[in-house]
Amino acid sequence: MSEVKSHFEENLFVSGHTACAGCGQAIAVRLVVNACGKNAIFTNATGCLEVFSTKYPESSWRLPWIHSLFENSAAVASGVESALRYLGKIDKIKVVAGAGDGGTADIGLQALSGMLERGHDVLFVCYDNEAYMNTGIQRSGLTPLKASTTTSPSGKLWEGNWRVKKPLVEICAAHFIPYAATASVGFPQDLQRKVKKALDIRGPKYIQIHVPCPLGWGHPSNLTMEVAKKAVNSGLYPLVEYEYGKLTKVFKVSQIIPVEEYINIQTRFRHLLKDKQALSSLQETANKNIDYYGLRSA
Amino acid sequence: MKKFLEGSHAVAEAVKLCRPGVISAYPITPQTHIVERLADFVANGELDSQFVNVESEHSAASVVLGASATGVRVFTATSSQGLILMSEVIYNIAGMRLPVVLVCANRALSAPINIWNDHQDAISVRDSGWIQFFAENNQEVHDFVYQAYKLGENNKVMLPVMINMDGYILTHGLESVDIPEKEMVDRFLPPYNPPYKLDIDNPLTMGVLGDPSIYLETRYAIHKTLEETLELILCIGEEFNSMFGRKGIDLLETYWTDDADIVIVAMGSVCGTIKDFIDRERAKGNKIGLLRIITYRPFPKEKIFECLKDKNIVAVLDKSISLGSEGPVYTEIKSLFSQSKPKINGFVAGLGGRDITMDTLQKILDISLKKVVRCEFLDIKESLLKEEFYV
Repeated sequence: MSEVKSHFEENLFVSGHTACAGCGQAIAVRLVVNACGKNAIFTNATGCLEVFSTKYPESSWRLPWIHSLFENSAAVASGVESALRYLGKIDKIKVVAGAGDGGTADIGLQALSGMLERGHDVLFVCYDNEAYMNTGIQRSGLTPLKASTTTSPSGKLWEGNWRVKKPLVEICAAHFIPYAATASVGFPQDLQRKVKKALDIRGPKYIQIHVPCPLGWGHPSNLTMEVAKKAVNSGLYPLVEYEYGKLTKVFKVSQIIPVEEYINIQTRFRHLLKDKQALSSLQETANKNIDYYGLRSA
Repeated sequence: MKKFLEGSHAVAEAVKLCRPGVISAYPITPQTHIVERLADFVANGELDSQFVNVESEHSAASVVLGASATGVRVFTATSSQGLILMSEVIYNIAGMRLPVVLVCANRALSAPINIWNDHQDAISVRDSGWIQFFAENNQEVHDFVYQAYKLGENNKVMLPVMINMDGYILTHGLESVDIPEKEMVDRFLPPYNPPYKLDIDNPLTMGVLGDPSIYLETRYAIHKTLEETLELILCIGEEFNSMFGRKGIDLLETYWTDDADIVIVAMGSVCGTIKDFIDRERAKGNKIGLLRIITYRPFPKEKIFECLKDKNIVAVLDKSISLGSEGPVYTEIKSLFSQSKPKINGFVAGLGGRDITMDTLQKILDISLKKVVRCEFLDIKESLLKEEFYV
């Protein structure tokens, strides 16, 4: 009983929600929310998070939270921030917008770009599980190359998703905002450091967090953290920080692993294990990242 | 103080006196003059407000949604494509019970692209849960702004309000407008004090998932509130009248209906033309009247029924069309009567800014006296139909 009590006292995003076992997003949200502290207002796009944490009459949120639609989390956050500015409360209350990869990179990109360009004092967090999981694992602009989804299935002709991930953190950084970064739920301390760093900066900030989805990626639910770590260690998910458009920090990987070690625990890449040519094109993507960002530690 | 103002500026002057904390809008003709003037006020320190220039109407509506949820009075304005781009957010704002006030400069919908007036934009979101008023002139649209905030923000209502004004005809037409003193507006409209908001001291979860066990009740609650709002509209109209000495907001306006054999039903600025037409016909001894619908949502069914039930002929003039069916106002008026009397005729005119003239109105009269029509398009160019559209 006291454990339950302390859970509710210590956390601002509490258990009892209906996320799948091993949901990377649920873990990341707890990390983000606790790093923010209670003086924050959260806006949320439509998606798994809103569904699993706010089914009336229950809510996992112990801070003010609003969900409106799929594509407008950044615009609603702009409105919340403008209201706080009008009320003279913007120095005391943080505004944090959230969305999945679809709600950020695809349908929500225009609203996000507008929010960044207008300079609102908002931290936008993208929970990137690399497909439309809430509707049943459809391809998004952040689905990685070769991943099989329900709308980019591997088949006799297709090798899964035919495009590389949209370079969204670079797109955000290109708005010359003070801070844009990627993070991974597999590296919680780095993630929370980035959230705190972002919240210390005035103006628009963007953090994209890699969050494995056991259901969508087809990995055992107890391997979420391991899968997340392997994505970073393979070079497929570089953890980088941009300040005012410039790359300022890269999370160095002490031991780079072959992408095969990352993908062989996920069914979404299963078809690549039989197709060495397709696998090598994915390894090439990782190699490019390793070179471009200088991921290898000295 | 009286000023000679175009309708857009008449709106901006009223909004300024209501002191919204957040204004957000996206340019679209013929609405743009409203927010341009408001931007001027903010730029010159005449209005303390956050003016948010957004990248689309969808975001304009989302910004005012977020700001309203944070407990601040908000304003936005739009037209036509802008309104239907917003429409997803329009439904959402009503569902979240946020008293946003929006002025819609009514304009036709594309395609073909057309920047001129009709009512298709507002009609297309009539089922969203917003209160909808249609103004006839610039003074009215100015006065409606104060009353819209007072109504929507009433804690028993907590619903958004859309004030409709005919694009160009009112937005760009100049009329003398009486602007009240700031102190009077402050007395009439108290500061916005919402019963719920995003607040770190009292954290609420807003915009939850409502499954089949609660969704139906959320819809019923809005519907019930809207029905009950009919009475409150009259009270607010009376209060406005007693404070400002001008007619306040109403559900309907009747013009020479008491002894009329034929009553024309219409909304918006065309009613000014219809009144002139009636004056002309009355001088000839023709007993014609006008029933102007001011409050379109909630739809004042009972009052309309009372006004029309003993008439011989009713002629409904729609400036919009439910394609494949008939004029939307006609459908609703027709649904009030199960008897053959009154004879109810439906006319569609003025779409895409086609002028509704005395000749148009004469046709309504002539046709109504001779036959029963359900969806009669007026002023159709038969030759154009044959040559271009093979109809």
